[in-house]
Amino acid sequence: MGTARAHHGLGWWALAAVPLAFLGLFFLWPLATILARGLFDGGFDAAGVLEVVTSPRTADAVVTTVTLATLGTLGSLALGVPAAYALYRLRWRGQGAVRAISAVPFVLPTIVVGAAFTALFGRSGLLGGLGLDQTWVAIVLALVFYNVIVVTRVVGGAWAALDPAQADAARTLGADRWAALRHVTLPALAPAVGSAGAVVFLFCATSFGVVLVLGGTRVNTLETEIYLQVNQFLDLRAAAVLAIAQMALVGVALAASAWARRRRDRTLALRRVDGTRPATRRDLAVVVPVLALLGLLLAAPLYALVERSLRTGDGHGLDHYIALFGEPARTVLPVTVAAAIANSLVTATIAAVVATGLGLIVASLLTRRSRRSAVLDAVVMLPLGVSAVIVGLGMLLTLNRSVLGVDLRGSWWLVPMAQAGVALPLVVRTLVPSARAIPAPMRAAASTLGASPWAVWRQVDWPLLRRPFGLSLGFAFAIALGEFGATTFLARPDRPTLPTAIYRLLGRPGIENVGMAFAASVVLAAMTAGIMMTAERMRTTVGGDL
Amino acid sequence: MSGLDVEDLSVVYAGTPPVTAVDTVSLTVARGEIVALLGPSGCGKSSLLAAVVGTVPLASGAVRWDGEDVTATPVHQRGFGMVFQDGQLFPHRSVARNVAFGLEMARVPRDERRSRVADMLELVGLEGFGDRAVTELSGGQCQRVALARSLAPGPRLLALDEPLSALDAELRGRLAVDVREILLASGTTAVVVTHDPDEAEVMASRVLRMEDGQLV
Repeated sequence: MGTARAHHGLGWWALAAVPLAFLGLFFLWPLATILARGLFDGGFDAAGVLEVVTSPRTADAVVTTVTLATLGTLGSLALGVPAAYALYRLRWRGQGAVRAISAVPFVLPTIVVGAAFTALFGRSGLLGGLGLDQTWVAIVLALVFYNVIVVTRVVGGAWAALDPAQADAARTLGADRWAALRHVTLPALAPAVGSAGAVVFLFCATSFGVVLVLGGTRVNTLETEIYLQVNQFLDLRAAAVLAIAQMALVGVALAASAWARRRRDRTLALRRVDGTRPATRRDLAVVVPVLALLGLLLAAPLYALVERSLRTGDGHGLDHYIALFGEPARTVLPVTVAAAIANSLVTATIAAVVATGLGLIVASLLTRRSRRSAVLDAVVMLPLGVSAVIVGLGMLLTLNRSVLGVDLRGSWWLVPMAQAGVALPLVVRTLVPSARAIPAPMRAAASTLGASPWAVWRQVDWPLLRRPFGLSLGFAFAIALGEFGATTFLARPDRPTLPTAIYRLLGRPGIENVGMAFAASVVLAAMTAGIMMTAERMRTTVGGDL
Repeated sequence: MSGLDVEDLSVVYAGTPPVTAVDTVSLTVARGEIVALLGPSGCGKSSLLAAVVGTVPLASGAVRWDGEDVTATPVHQRGFGMVFQDGQLFPHRSVARNVAFGLEMARVPRDERRSRVADMLELVGLEGFGDRAVTELSGGQCQRVALARSLAPGPRLLALDEPLSALDAELRGRLAVDVREILLASGTTAVVVTHDPDEAEVMASRVLRMEDGQLV
């Protein structure tokens, strides 16, 4: 029996070696390289580090990163909490459709959000007259556009499960509606608000694509400063030091978010009740302005993007879309946008297959809770806590040479590997709950009927994991398709993906190029949203199987 | 000796401190015999059964069948069937395909499989239920399917772990008689774990009592 169990342990580690080797090569080693490159130059290089840290550019980038993330978070909370009330605490007809529509921005690639707000605030944009192009205001609005749904969902979920009797009790004690809200309801929601705020802060602090496109040369966060140091000043050393600062910042945000989530879980565990109620005429005073504001924020940039993609020199037409298939000027892009789309589809397919394949292995290994599975879980989740920009930079520093005799310089497949690493945490989080929901005795039942371990997996686990597998395949594909932060460091200029092509087009002068960028953004948005919607259909019946 | 022979079997669950669920238990079950393991919950009877079948590792001791040591034989090659407390039917398979599972694993040809499944469903009184989804069944029907599924591949020993405890009292009484008749009709050697003395009397030809991990 002892040998049999040792065998089992060996098998577990042998299987775990696959995802661990992947993460080691494409994530941990690059990360270690950044640390070494940033801190050491022969020996520990305090002077060199200090020089980067104390430069005015760095200070400016740190302040900008924190300020933008704070403003983006506050804006998302200011709109998201009232929206949570209107969309989750109250019940009304058509609410489901509004909830679904309000989730759209969150699935859009960052480069598309950047393009949409450029279309809105750019010089010839819909609101170009406001002069908000390349300002903090435009960026903060884009961050709110992106993240308000996170607040609405998290706070709404808590609000819908909040016992209304609490507020009623306050009313019988003489509190008016506002006093009950302020002294009873909002404090009860505080953990959910804090948790949502921490997550949104994290997203805002790592929204590279949005800031790069909207900030131009005037607004620089740590991430865009890293990009500039690599691409303009060719100072990899400074980039590495900045990357360490970015990791530290994200680490603090992550710790705060974990703390807030623990508190929220504790409060939610108390009691689950249906705290929703039908909307009445009196609620219109709240619901109408909140939804109008939300609608305006969501619709205006998307409308501007579509309108600009159709606007031609003399009216409107499909010229820019047709131009996606034509050879652009040599200085703009070396290939057609259509070729970039094809490249993106191939890259994202490989990334999705790699990420879900690894995810399936990890989910199988995490099925039974143990100390070793907790370690594997933590390692696999690591990419979630590191900006994609840093993953890209690390791979650039590490793998831009030959490894074990294989020449990796400029290898096109580094791009899908980076994208797979970025998508892996979400894939694992989608698959693991489903894998854990399969009761252990059900596997034992199959064993007693003569099924070998492999047959148990194929006959019991796989049929029950098929749908979540499809869901996570769709997620991974959509993430890879829109991935910009890591890809922008790794994609070769002659093999752009759709997001990197859009970025190049946006930066080139001329209405033709910008028009093409907008048209390409619409195509990318449609592809991503389509994939997400198809994938979400798989979710409806997940768990219904069990 | 022919049949099941368990010698000095112990089951220890890891933890601080480790818990000894089964403490050096020895027992024998002759071929064709139906033995009940009776005891309060937590006495270790289910652990003993699981260790015999092979779903829980032994700390020490040996399990033999017809004198052959099967202690190191993996569950799926041991030829011991098991009926679980809550059925554990596969939700993604129909009634017939649940019953056919063990036959598929044994690579029984399709035609033979089909007739065997029909026989098993008839044996447990569920003729014509083959195409139903298992989610449509009542609790009693589920346990009948679970019994048919376990019997289909013709196990040398059938372990039943509280097979009726998830059902209501009246149904339990009726089904206990049915289970005994089905086991006798198929000539199956069986060990039934239960906490209900009446159930043990009805189903088994011999009753063993268990307390604190030991037979008494």
